[in-house]
Amino acid sequence: MKGDRYAYFPGCSQKGTAVEYGISSRKVAEALGVELVEIEDWSCCGATPAHTVDRLLSGALAARNLATAEKMGLATLVTPCPACLVASKNALELAQDDESLKELNELLDLPFKAEIQAKSLLQIIFEEVGVDALAQKVKKPLKGMRLAPYYGCLLTRPPERAQFDDPENPISIDRILEALGAEVPDFPFKTECCGAAFGLPKRDMVLTLSGKILDMAQQIGADGIVLACSLCQQNLDLRQGQINSHLGTNFEIPIFYITQMIGLAFGFSSKEMGLDRHAVHPDKLLKKWEEKLKE
Amino acid sequence: MEILDLASIDRDFIKAVEEESGQDISLCYQCGNCTAGCPYAFAFDIPVHQIMRLIQVGQKEEVLRSHAIWLCATCETCTTRCPRNIDVARVMDTLRIMARREGMVSEAGIRRFHDDFLDSVKRHGRVYEVGLLLKYNLQSGRPFADAELGPKLLGKGKLHYFPENIKGVGAVKEIFERFAKKRGL
Ligand code: SF4
Ligand code: SF4
Repeated sequence: MKGDRYAYFPGCSQKGTAVEYGISSRKVAEALGVELVEIEDWSCCGATPAHTVDRLLSGALAARNLATAEKMGLATLVTPCPACLVASKNALELAQDDESLKELNELLDLPFKAEIQAKSLLQIIFEEVGVDALAQKVKKPLKGMRLAPYYGCLLTRPPERAQFDDPENPISIDRILEALGAEVPDFPFKTECCGAAFGLPKRDMVLTLSGKILDMAQQIGADGIVLACSLCQQNLDLRQGQINSHLGTNFEIPIFYITQMIGLAFGFSSKEMGLDRHAVHPDKLLKKWEEKLKE
Repeated sequence: MEILDLASIDRDFIKAVEEESGQDISLCYQCGNCTAGCPYAFAFDIPVHQIMRLIQVGQKEEVLRSHAIWLCATCETCTTRCPRNIDVARVMDTLRIMARREGMVSEAGIRRFHDDFLDSVKRHGRVYEVGLLLKYNLQSGRPFADAELGPKLLGKGKLHYFPENIKGVGAVKEIFERFAKKRGL
């Protein structure tokens, strides 16, 4: 904060299956006075596939955006997507070595200095805005909503790279949801992996792993799951029907982005937060909440 | 227990893995923590601590032809929990890169998914999700896989029929081309 402007990297999924994550991120940031300046003509960071091919290629794909942000005079890249964050951090780590930095620059059109830092939007909200400032902006507390906080694998791991929260028992989403007035139960699977990017090549693995997460959420009586990763959202929400047919279950658990829940509590409508774009409709929960608010 | 023929220990392989991953593989004392926490262990043909052991004893073929190295999702749980501070996930990544180079990839589908993904980035500058899905499904001979997701995305502004190229698509293509040249591909 302190009037900081951040280089905003939305990531490819914000243009497709996670469009509501991008929309809610921007609206909430604006409401919080966090200035997000979109990186000009950003390109894909390479995500998981690039680092299975070569570390240098993966570094260069991410570095193109970092270098553009540096050219724009911004000191911190901020992204809502944990996979994009990891790609950026890996590029910065690779560039610590002079020889590798030289190699990266040989692949790029722009000079890359590797002086910028990279953080997730969640980290900015939790550490720089802070839960007290969030709580002050709440107009419609999330009363009566019992929400399972889900972090997935990458956001806080490994700790040396993440430099954020706790790798085994992260609490940032818990604290944010509490500040918004929600009831936040202990969620034993908060850092389990959802199946990551295997949706196309190994769908059964995704259905099995994501199924376990939904099952645990149901066991602890959660009304919904709140997360900060577009891939996790896609696996748990979009594929929930497939999970049900695969496992013979009938889960109907709405899956929210943390920014959507902040936005709801700040008084944005569910439509403004893109909740109508989810595969599993949260209507029942929203109705229950509206009634609770009238009490 | 298997008995190891000393002649089968490929010392160059051990050295290559250590150099490329930047990890000291000999530090692993087989505590099994990595495997205990690995969410994909149920699908691995060789559990991750055994992969580490097989590297220590230089069993190149067995390691590089394993399915496990491709089924690893880079979730970083092993790295986080290794009491010897080995970046195990980084080792798995290195093994995938080596398996590609040596033509020993056992999971052709996963490899092709990665290739198609990067091809999409090279063409458009960003991943074009629908194009990636169609191309991948067609090539795998199951064009209608995931077809039921269409209605869940349609009308929600989540499906785009045509790719949109970024302005700097040339610069991204250049990254791939310079990279290929550098690696002599
Ligand atoms: S956790 Fe580390 S030391 Fe233990 S078996 Fe795995 S790699 Fe070896
Ligand atoms: S990074 Fe790979 S090997 Fe390590 S715990 Fe995750 S899936 Fe298992």
